[in-house]
Amino acid sequence: MPRLLRALTIATVLGFAATLYLGLFAAGTDIQQGAVQRIFYIHMPAFFGAFTAFGLSLFGGIMVLAGKSADWDKLALAGVEVGLAFALINLLTGAIWARPIWNTWWTWDPRLTSAAIMCLTYAAYLMLRAGFDDTERRRTFMSVYSILGFVTVLITLFIIRIVPETIHPVIVGASPQNAQGSFEATSGVMLALAPSLLLWLTLMPITLMWHRYRLEDRLESLNRAKLKALSE
Amino acid sequence: MKTSYVAAVLAIAGKDLRVELRSRELLSLMLIFALLSILVFSFALELDRVAREEAVSGVLWVTLIFASLLGLNRSLAQEYDQGNLDALLLAPLSRTAIFIGKFAGNALFTGLVALLLLPLMTALYGKNMLDPRLVLTTLVGIAGFCALGTLMATLTVKTRAREALLPVAMMPLALPFLLTAVRATKGILTNATEWQAWFQLLAGVALIYLVLCLLLFRFVVEE
Repeated sequence: MPRLLRALTIATVLGFAATLYLGLFAAGTDIQQGAVQRIFYIHMPAFFGAFTAFGLSLFGGIMVLAGKSADWDKLALAGVEVGLAFALINLLTGAIWARPIWNTWWTWDPRLTSAAIMCLTYAAYLMLRAGFDDTERRRTFMSVYSILGFVTVLITLFIIRIVPETIHPVIVGASPQNAQGSFEATSGVMLALAPSLLLWLTLMPITLMWHRYRLEDRLESLNRAKLKALSE
Repeated sequence: MKTSYVAAVLAIAGKDLRVELRSRELLSLMLIFALLSILVFSFALELDRVAREEAVSGVLWVTLIFASLLGLNRSLAQEYDQGNLDALLLAPLSRTAIFIGKFAGNALFTGLVALLLLPLMTALYGKNMLDPRLVLTTLVGIAGFCALGTLMATLTVKTRAREALLPVAMMPLALPFLLTAVRATKGILTNATEWQAWFQLLAGVALIYLVLCLLLFRFVVEE
């Protein structure tokens, strides 16, 4: 393992423990919502972690199409897998929060719907990827798909500015009028939120993607060795 | 001799139209499928008068989308299997002209199905589906969907499970169309003013996808 990756891994684990401590113990309990509000310190950062990962996979896709090294495709794949995991964490924690606050696990709210569409898009990426035999063709085609798929990420990010009929609270800026279960981003909230957001936005996706990239690299060289052994 | 851009587009779309006029396979297939789908929805949702008001725009769009998936699959499969795609790529044509030609053919067929479907649904469901605003919404929605579909069908036609993969890969990307088109249709049918906002959103999404697909098409045909 490269020394930098080892350092990043340690930093991510320690950072995650620290942000968990801040969110679970250091931050005050929300007066109206109680302890369940603390899930927010994971919920929103997880979405932005997914945003980083999907953004990097978009970048990888563009680099492949620009005729750069085939290695960028591995970055795109790592981004999709890590981003999908984060997006699922985002959906799951949201559902757990919504159960007591909205009195339902799920509602077909514009923001929830678009987040689910985003997950399905990237799940379809993995299905489609498995359908190609030819690696060179797969590389190009999946890059095209990752560019198209990123549209759903942008829609999820901006949909509450376009379709205001949401009950999903907005923390930064004014919440929509009918938002249910919103709270102020007070200094106490920000103390726990800011480090967590920073961690999920940078260290978490980058470290996990690097590990996934290395795994894909190993798989490839293993396959090459297998083919070589078979041909001899 | 170099074929002009417009002539190339027209030739490709015209070829698809001519093939269809001679075989009459695809359009009748899509149409029968659309009729069956309306029938199935009527039974499955037990559409009484009240439920109909709510569901009719959804029924229209789901039917149109699945009908056009049938056409999209075939349109690209026949190019690919019979080697015509390679011939088109060898010809000194702009890649975007090939895309627009195929897209025009696909959009034309789905559009025709829609134009037959709208009066029929007017008769069956007792709602005025022939409102010019609704016809416009339908055509814009179909144009956007077929742009995405033409690209995605070119992409999935080279996979192992092509017929199965096209809907799986395409539906999540197409959901922005479905969402906005259904809302706009519902707005028009209930005479609500917000149909305009939804229509604008639909047109915006269609435009974004059209441009993206136009730019990305050359990567899925050149290898």
